Amino acid sequence: MNFFQSIGHSSLKFLAKLGRSSLFFSAILTGFGYTLSRPGLLIKQLYNIGVLTFWLIAISGLFVGMVLGLQGVYTLSTFGAESSLGIMVAASLVRELGPVVSALLFAGRAGSALTAEIGLMKATEQLSAMEMMAIDPLKYIIAPRFFAGFISLPLLAALFSAIGILGGYLAGVELLNVDSGSYWSQMQGAIDFHDDIINGVIKSIIFAWLVSWIALFEGYDAVPTASGISRATTRTVVTSAFAILLFDFLLTALMFGAS
Amino acid sequence: MLLFYNLIFLCYTMISIRNLTFSRGNRKIFDNISLDIMPHKITAIMGPSGTGKTTLLKLIAGQLRPDSGTLLVDQKNVHQLSRTELYKLRKKMGMLFQSGALLTDMSVYDNIAFPIREHTQLPESMIRTLVLMKLNAVGLRGARDLMPSELSGGMARRVAMARALALDPEMIMFDEPFTGQDPISLGVLVKLIKKLNQTLHLSSIVVSHNVVETASIADYIYLISEGKVAGQGTPEELNTTKSDWVQQFMQGKADGPVPFHYPAQDINSDLLSNNAKL
Repeated sequence: MNFFQSIGHSSLKFLAKLGRSSLFFSAILTGFGYTLSRPGLLIKQLYNIGVLTFWLIAISGLFVGMVLGLQGVYTLSTFGAESSLGIMVAASLVRELGPVVSALLFAGRAGSALTAEIGLMKATEQLSAMEMMAIDPLKYIIAPRFFAGFISLPLLAALFSAIGILGGYLAGVELLNVDSGSYWSQMQGAIDFHDDIINGVIKSIIFAWLVSWIALFEGYDAVPTASGISRATTRTVVTSAFAILLFDFLLTALMFGAS
Repeated sequence: MLLFYNLIFLCYTMISIRNLTFSRGNRKIFDNISLDIMPHKITAIMGPSGTGKTTLLKLIAGQLRPDSGTLLVDQKNVHQLSRTELYKLRKKMGMLFQSGALLTDMSVYDNIAFPIREHTQLPESMIRTLVLMKLNAVGLRGARDLMPSELSGGMARRVAMARALALDPEMIMFDEPFTGQDPISLGVLVKLIKKLNQTLHLSSIVVSHNVVETASIADYIYLISEGKVAGQGTPEELNTTKSDWVQQFMQGKADGPVPFHYPAQDINSDLLSNNAKL
């Protein structure tokens, strides 16, 4: 194959995959009613996907917040502005780091696990067996996992930001003696509910949609062999990371670029 | 009157496949194939590995679409049904996968209860009775609390058999039920397939290349090779047929129409030719 042929070939492959994944997503949406009617399935997945990711998110959030606190004091003190530390920590967490880092961690922890699980179910013919029992695996297996991911990640991102702000407090106020009152009051004064917090939540909702969709589709579309599943799992993490960072740029440009 | 009755019985087939063609890429798996599966009989589909026997089961179940031809199950064209109708038809089919395909995060009990819970509104006490009866039929009532990972290959297949029977299907398809089994589980599986077929009046399709075991229970056998029906008949008819290929397959001879040697030039000239690359 020459150079141009290979460009054409890979573009067509990409478009075909995009088409398959869109059909897959619309099938998930039709499973929404079924998921509502079977709350047990959803709760089990909320535990697997959300609760089990909590400690990773909590500890990472704490350390990211503490690093922000240390770096913030170091940089702000050159202008004598340490008292604004609270604004800096909270704004960076709520607007950017909370949604983005928690989504990246979520893709690594829960996304890869979902891909491997679905891929293995496909390889061991469990999905086929369900179809043969006249039970649609898209409704029974995929849809509850998708909605569990969709619900979990925004909550985890909020927890990440909240714990990060406490981490910033520990490093800045307890360790480096920034004034506690100014840390909290400046934060309260400067962080806007709509501009900062809601925009951050919107971001994490979009990341939740992206990561859950990518992870489940890669598993469902995986070549059902050992190497096929390992490649699909890798693709989930890599594609999710790219998608998260790309969409973060676009969303930031839309939300904060105009002001 | 009796003649009329016989005629109706003869006309009715559980599955009727006409001029079916299916290909993967450029390779034709089935080339204009036609066969019938009779009700309440065990029909075996045999052939060398890689002849698409499993593919045939997936076509019957509507998981794959043929390129052309018709496939009627219970007088309905499988590939023209809507999704709802297809799922309704599948409740009448049981399928035993080669790997068993048990759901790995559920116990044996829950695996068998799963299709009953999904498709009926029966109370849990009745589901328990049903599950234990199905498990008893395959001799694994005592294994109900085990997880699929704790089962041997033969036990997993028997559990899968119980699950395939859970919704009381009219027909059941066995995909390579004998492959990789020790002699005891092999004997158990052969006996079970025969017994279940008789007692439950099932129509069974057994896909296999284990000639002796399959021929011992099958009422009718189709031999498939290179996308075509290479031979068909009752086990006795096939054993006495004149076709060299059928004889080679049924008796497992190493050489015959399917040559032992991969195509190559004559051995004398090959060994004596002095163009070895040194």
